[in-house]
Amino acid sequence: MTRVDRQRAESEAGSSDALASPKMRVEDLRAWFGRSEVLRGITMPVAERRSTAIIGPSGCGKSTFIRCLNRMHEVVRGARTSGRVLLDGEDIYEDGVNPVRLRQLVGMVFQKPNPFPMMSIRENVLAGLRLQGIRPKNRDDLVERALRQAALWDEVKDVLDRSGSSLSGGQQQRLCIARALALEPEVLLMDEPCSALDPIATAKIEDLIHELRKQYTVVIVTHNMQQASRVADYTAFLYLGELVEFGRTDRIFTSPSDPRTEAYITGRFG
Amino acid sequence: MPVTRPHKDLRSPRPLQERLISNVLLACAIVSVLTTAGIILVLLVETVGFFRVVSFGQFFGDTEWTPLFARKRFGIWALISGTVLTSAIAVAVALPLGLLGAIYMSEYASQRLRRVLKPAVEVLAGIPSIIYGYFALTFVTPVLQRVIPDLAGFNALGAGIVMGVMILPIIASLSEDAIYAVPDSLREGAFALGGGKCAVIRRVILPTAFSGIAASVIIGISRAVGETMIVAIAAGQQPRFSFDPRVAIQTMTAYIVQVSLGDTPAGTLEYRTIFAVGMTLFVFTMALNIASFYLRNRVMRGGVL
Ligand SMILES: Nc1ncnc2c1ncn2[C@@H]1O[C@H](COP(=O)(O)OP(=O)(O)O)[C@@H](O)[C@H]1O
Ligand SMILES: [Mg+2]
Repeated sequence: MTRVDRQRAESEAGSSDALASPKMRVEDLRAWFGRSEVLRGITMPVAERRSTAIIGPSGCGKSTFIRCLNRMHEVVRGARTSGRVLLDGEDIYEDGVNPVRLRQLVGMVFQKPNPFPMMSIRENVLAGLRLQGIRPKNRDDLVERALRQAALWDEVKDVLDRSGSSLSGGQQQRLCIARALALEPEVLLMDEPCSALDPIATAKIEDLIHELRKQYTVVIVTHNMQQASRVADYTAFLYLGELVEFGRTDRIFTSPSDPRTEAYITGRFG
Repeated sequence: MPVTRPHKDLRSPRPLQERLISNVLLACAIVSVLTTAGIILVLLVETVGFFRVVSFGQFFGDTEWTPLFARKRFGIWALISGTVLTSAIAVAVALPLGLLGAIYMSEYASQRLRRVLKPAVEVLAGIPSIIYGYFALTFVTPVLQRVIPDLAGFNALGAGIVMGVMILPIIASLSEDAIYAVPDSLREGAFALGGGKCAVIRRVILPTAFSGIAASVIIGISRAVGETMIVAIAAGQQPRFSFDPRVAIQTMTAYIVQVSLGDTPAGTLEYRTIFAVGMTLFVFTMALNIASFYLRNRVMRGGVL
C-alpha cells in the first residue's frame, strides 16, 4: 500500500464510523509456509457488523489471510505468522491466548462444504458445542434457531435425523454456516463459500450474508467480483501476498486508486 | 454425401499377444477358484460322513470333547470355548494398544516418525508364529506365574496375550490407514468449531473412521481364531468348557493339529472329527471375513474415504 493509499484509507476511516472502532485490526501480518512468505505485511481494519470482502487472483494469499484471523493457519505443519491481529483491541497471537477459545468467537466456513458425515443434521448443528464438551439443555431451540438463521430450517425441519451428507451441496454449506452460528460467534469467516455451488444455491447464500452482516462481523473471500460488490461493505484487494488496496466496496469498484486493482476488477488478469 | 468408408481402427482384431495374456490370466483365476471349491467340497463330504454317525444333538448339545477316548463325547463347545477365550484375551490386549498406536501415528507423530514407525510395526506381523508360541511358553508364562501363582504351565492367558501381540500390528496398521484416510477438511472443520485435539479425535475422527477400525479388529479376530501354533504350543491339549484363563484348554485349531500329527488312521470316525471341527472353524472365519468385507465396502461407499 502506498502512502497515498494509506492516507486515503485513513480518511475513509475517519469519515465512516464503522472503521473508527473496528472489530478486528490486522497489523503488519506476515505468514509463511515453511520458507516461503505468502503474506507480506498486511495492515487493515475489519469493521464491526459489516461485511468485508477479500478479493484477488488465485494463490495471492486470500485463504492464508482469512485463516490467520482465527489462528487456523498454524494448524498446517510448518506454517507460522508474525505481526498482530487485534480482536476487540486484544492481540490474538499474544502468549496465553487459547486458539481453541478464539475459534469459538471467530467462526469459519470453508470453500468445500464439510459436514461431519457420521452425524445427523441435528448433531452437525450441535457439533461445536459437543466438541467443547457442552451439553446444552434447550437443544431443540438451539438447533432451530441456528438453522433458521442459516435459512435452512424449512428445508430440513422434518429430516433432522438424516445424515448431513444426504443434503445437496448448497444445503450442506448452509448447514456448515448453521454449525458455525450455533456457537454464537462474533466474527464469521467465509472462504469462497459459494465456489462449489450452483447459481441458485449461491444466491441463497448471498441473501443470507446480507442478513448475517446486520448481526455479525463477516469476512468473505471471493474470486467473484459481482459477489464482492453485492455482499460486501468493504473490499480488500490482495496481490502476491500484499494488500494493494482497501476501501469501501463502491469506491473500490468505481474508482480504484491502484492500476493493479483496476486491471483486476476489469478482468485484465487473474 | 455421407461417409461410407468403414472405420478401420474400430474393426481391427485384438492382437494375438493380448488374447494370449488374457487367457493365461483366466486360467490362473480358474485354478484358484477350483482349488478353493475342491477344499470346500472335501470338507463338506467328510463333514457329512461325520454327521452320519454323530448327531447334531451330540455335537452342539454337549460340552465334553473326548473322541479319542473309549467313552466318546463330541461336544464341540469344549473346543469353541478355548478358541473364544484365547481370541478374547488377544483382542483385549491388541485393541486398546493397536488403536492408541494408530491414533498416535496418524494424529500426533511427525510425518518423518510416521514413515519409520509404520513399517516397524508391520515387521512384527512377519515374525513366524512358532516363535511367538515358544515365547509364550518359555517366557510369558513363567513371568505371569510370579504374579499368578496357580497359573498352569500350559494356559490360555499366556497364549492369548502373545496372540494379542501377534495381531497388534494388523489392528494398528489397518486402523491407522482408516484414521489417516479421514479427510483433512473434517479435521479443519472440527478445529474451526473450537474443538481441542482430543475432542476432535474422539468426536469426529474416530467416528468417521469407525467402519475401517471395526474391519481391522474383525480381521485381527479372524487371525486369532485361525491361529494354530501359539495355542498348540502354549495353551495345552485339554478340551474343556471353561473360561478360566489360568488352566490348560484346547482350541479348535490345536485339536486339528493334535489329530493330524497323531497316528489316527484315515477314514475312521476319529479322523473325521477334524473335518467337522475344521468346518466349524471355517464357518467362524467365513462369518468374520464377510463382516469385515461388508464394513470395508461401507467405508468405500459411504463417502467417508
Ligand atoms: N499447505 C500449504 N503448503 C505450502 N504452500 C501453500 C499451502 N497452502 C497454500 N500455499 C501457498 O501459499 C500461497 C497462498 O495460498 P492461498 O492463501 O491458498 O491463496 P488463495 O486462497 O488466494 O488462492 C500460494 O502460493 C500457495 O501455493
Ligand atoms: Mg483459497
